[in-house]
Amino acid sequence: MSNFLLELRSEEIPARMQAGARSELEKLFRREMDAAGVSVGDLTVWSTPRRLALIARDLPEATEAVSEEAKGPPVGAPDQAVDGFCRKNGVTRDDLDVRDVKGRETYFAVKNVPGKRMGELLAAAIPAIIRDFSWPKSMRWGEASRTTESLRWVRPLSGIVALLGDEVVECEVHGVTSGAVTLGHRFHHSGDITIGNADDYAMKLRAAHVIVDHEERATLIRDGAQQVASEAGLTLVEDEGLVIENAGLTEWPVPLLGRFEDDFLEVPPETIQLTARVNQKYFVCESKDGKLANAFICTANIEAADPAVVVDGNRKVLAARLSDARFFWDVDRKKTLEEHAEGLKRITFHEKLGTVADKVERVAKLARWLVEEGIVADQPFPPAGGERDLATQEPSRSGVGADAPMPTPNPSREREGSLADLAEQAARLAKADLVTEMVGEFPELQGLMGGYYARAEGLPDEVADAIRDHYKPVGQGDDVPTAPVTVAVSLADKLDTLFGFFAIGERPTGSKDPFALRRASLGTLALIQENNLRIRLGGLIQSYYLDLIASWASEDRYSAFVFGWEDFLSDDGSRTKYLNHSPVWEGDPLSPPPACKKLWLIDLDVHSESDGYLWLDSLNRVHRTELVLFNDFASTSLDFFADRLKVQQREAGVRHDLIDAVFALGEEDDLVRLLARVHALQAFVETDNGTNLLAGYKRAANILRKENYPVTPAQAGVQSDGSADAGMDSGLRRNDDLALTGDEDPLENVDDPEMRGVYAAQVSALSYMPEPAEKALIDALKTAEPQAEMAIAEEDFAAAMSALASLRAPIDAFFEEVTVNDEDEVKRKSRLGLLARFRAAVHNVADFSKIES
Amino acid sequence: MADSTGGIDPARGLSHCACEMTQNTARNPQKSFQDMILALHDFWSANGCLILQPYDMRMGAGTFHTATTLRALGPEPWNAAFVQPCRRPTDGRYGENPNRLQHYYQYQVILKPSPPDIQELYLRSLEVIGIDPLKHDIRFVEDDWESPTLGAWGLGWEVWCDGMEVTQFTYFQQMGGFDCKPVAGELTYGLERLAMYIQGVDNVFDLDFNGQGVSYGEVFLENEKQMSKWNFEVAETDALFDLFNKAEAECRNALDNDVPIAAYEQAVEASHLFNLLQARGVISVQERASYMARVRDLARGSCEKYAELMTPKWQQKFPEWSL
Repeated sequence: MSNFLLELRSEEIPARMQAGARSELEKLFRREMDAAGVSVGDLTVWSTPRRLALIARDLPEATEAVSEEAKGPPVGAPDQAVDGFCRKNGVTRDDLDVRDVKGRETYFAVKNVPGKRMGELLAAAIPAIIRDFSWPKSMRWGEASRTTESLRWVRPLSGIVALLGDEVVECEVHGVTSGAVTLGHRFHHSGDITIGNADDYAMKLRAAHVIVDHEERATLIRDGAQQVASEAGLTLVEDEGLVIENAGLTEWPVPLLGRFEDDFLEVPPETIQLTARVNQKYFVCESKDGKLANAFICTANIEAADPAVVVDGNRKVLAARLSDARFFWDVDRKKTLEEHAEGLKRITFHEKLGTVADKVERVAKLARWLVEEGIVADQPFPPAGGERDLATQEPSRSGVGADAPMPTPNPSREREGSLADLAEQAARLAKADLVTEMVGEFPELQGLMGGYYARAEGLPDEVADAIRDHYKPVGQGDDVPTAPVTVAVSLADKLDTLFGFFAIGERPTGSKDPFALRRASLGTLALIQENNLRIRLGGLIQSYYLDLIASWASEDRYSAFVFGWEDFLSDDGSRTKYLNHSPVWEGDPLSPPPACKKLWLIDLDVHSESDGYLWLDSLNRVHRTELVLFNDFASTSLDFFADRLKVQQREAGVRHDLIDAVFALGEEDDLVRLLARVHALQAFVETDNGTNLLAGYKRAANILRKENYPVTPAQAGVQSDGSADAGMDSGLRRNDDLALTGDEDPLENVDDPEMRGVYAAQVSALSYMPEPAEKALIDALKTAEPQAEMAIAEEDFAAAMSALASLRAPIDAFFEEVTVNDEDEVKRKSRLGLLARFRAAVHNVADFSKIES
Repeated sequence: MADSTGGIDPARGLSHCACEMTQNTARNPQKSFQDMILALHDFWSANGCLILQPYDMRMGAGTFHTATTLRALGPEPWNAAFVQPCRRPTDGRYGENPNRLQHYYQYQVILKPSPPDIQELYLRSLEVIGIDPLKHDIRFVEDDWESPTLGAWGLGWEVWCDGMEVTQFTYFQQMGGFDCKPVAGELTYGLERLAMYIQGVDNVFDLDFNGQGVSYGEVFLENEKQMSKWNFEVAETDALFDLFNKAEAECRNALDNDVPIAAYEQAVEASHLFNLLQARGVISVQERASYMARVRDLARGSCEKYAELMTPKWQQKFPEWSL
């Protein structure tokens, strides 16, 4: 057994690539060893800016000889077949064995692969590893680069150390030959270092001022920075990313603390921290009061003769950077945010969606609308899903899919007015910092700087906070805003981005999401959920689409919209395309004529030959933009939300099939209610009652499917006119004797078609004596249906589930004791009707057919 | 390494003639801006470089010098060093900012093919001007270079000295849209920054220019004031637009007549005129991209034409080589 050391020395490897390079080296080494049949245990992989190293312990001296055999064609097979078999196996005909296989003489090729010495294997493996190594970016260099075929590496590769035990593994890659010699620290050590073996490698390098273990360097930096900070009476602001980056920039890290002028502390602390971190890779510190201190910590790569010299040099560089920051801070504050916002007219947001100023206009309107509609209000809403105090909430009689119970917040009108004003004001100023000097220099500070500038000019705190936080949440784990003004602006901004890009047909595909729409949608979902915002997305999508067209029309950019067809046969017989148009203020962009494929907005004034038709070639000459047709826009937008919701909820352990089951009801586009329903459903289906009810449901649904019993998710088994299914007429008759129940006509006030059907079934009676289990199921439905319906109206989905749970025993008993396919056609149809009614009752809650059992 | 062909051929292999530089006692690069430049000249001259003079045109960076761009193309060895004055109109601060100038100097070294000891050579050049790497923290920090204008890119670093970027170090991979065969190493020293560091001054105008008390400010402060004013306030923009169009037309004329070096000069001219128009604030964001694309077409077109025109000549010496 021997240990193997491989060191690949190069010019400075970018810090950010070193972790990836270590795993690449390990992966390729394992690949080579696997291919050679050598089992490899744990590997040690290290990196410094100037080297990648790998140590494999206890490698065998050689691989064992193996004998491989392959069965070929039978004796007497055509020569071609036998020759082909020989070629494939690299043997000659004389080498073939002949054996008996089930009475037939058959050729066998037997290859004895001799064992290979480890050194030999490694000598072949090293060049393969180097050649196949994948870097994020690689380059050619030197004399060899006269051809583009030359070796590529991240920076010039300058040496290879390859030692198996104490022996050099001799190999060569594009002119670089292996040996035992490496170099130490660039400045602290001169001359060659000869490595003896894997075991003295790290030690010899340490003696030459190189700490080859990156984790040890990270620890030195982490601890050293903490130590110099505490020696100065300060606390280090921890930054693990910076620790790793500095470890990737040094072979002999020495953290040093320096001070900068106090005066710089008047600029926002985030700008100081960012300048120090991004431009200079310095840590910053806090003083005892938790405020940013006038100190920085740089990590030198040398044991400097006089550390003060190094510190002073770094101080000057930081001072120049901070002077710039202070200059930006001063210059930016000479204008108000409103004045800065003028500059947004010059920045293109997207070719089709106009400038950033155009976007701001849309966001401001939307933010105001969100407040005025009561979607965003001063008081946070109680969560949906049955946890609210029922006494305070007037239950709505309308069913699911009709007007949803939109909570009416109860702030004074005055406050609502001012909240809307604040939201609009914040939205109008939220992007203004994009054209400030500071954000030009540090794009990461967008939002944050706007918040500072807003406060500096004395705007209300709500507005400043909203400007600062309106990009949030930017990723998972980021804070989700809850302040009403912020929520309105943040949500409006994200919705505008999403709907805007969807309206022009830009949607993420595969890994491509250039406008970060997935992030915007996850942010939207988080805002809606965190704040229990009750939005009917369907309605919003529609008004957004109309507003987008109207805003363009009002700016005189476009005066008409045009629906387009393709492939119209023209007079001369050639295929061409024609269109008709209507002015924006007359037509209905939501209702394209059938077969229409596109919607264009055009500037009609440019086009005078308008006789109601535009030829495509003339359309190409006018200024225009293209929108997705409304139905496509609406469905892709909602589908996208549904998909993102599944992704988001998957991590919270919510089953995607349950989300599908609720979405399949159609028209459930209030995400808060949808999720409450899904959560209750998940809790339910994981109980015994749920599992069994699901089984009963599937059985019922299967029977109905076999009978081709009509089903639509929301109206299963019941026709929209309220009568029971036609096939049931003979078994059901209207119960004229309403007085018996003491009820008023239960259909009188029911306008929901589905509920009409349910009621119709409820009040009908059978023309034969039902069996006990059949009667029990009818009775159970009679009780459960109104309970479930009421609970859903009250958004108490847990109660709806328990209403359904009461059907479990009756449906089980029904299947146990009642024959559906009775010889009596009347009974059969009646029982099928009963199953359909059961299915419809379940569909009140969710489309159980989507649930995977 | 390239074979040494002896004589004064700039193509001779660097390692064959690299003599150890000792500090030239006649020079005092730590006290004098001009001595620092002369010390770099001495060093790179002794290491096989042609010492060229600045290109006699206004340009934004030493990389625009034909000794860098055009010579990075083709198979011939090429080793040269020169100072190039750089014009960055938008960086002007009327002489009021201690770190910013609209006119400053870059020291360029171009080594083709890149020698194996290029980093060691560079570090020795720092020692020659008085930067001791055991006293100062020298670091190679990833910084890749890309110039869409020139259809060029390369990988390399910015070199830090105690946290200050003092040099851009680039291995050219492509120029004018063509693979560099072989690859050239390019070093670009920021001379004023280095001198400020070495002399220990905080304001560029306080630099000692000649080691005898003539300051950088005495040489350039008035220029900075006047040129900043002209760049930002005075320059007649109609004339600049006109000149831009003319340079563009002349570039095409030169290309049509197979004189790509002349065409390249017009591309450099157009590039600077565009920078001036930017400083005057008369190019909108939307227009900006289209102007940049126009300059790019000129510069790339010139490089391409040059490479195509030169290929037969290059192939006479290097029959195996192809564009």
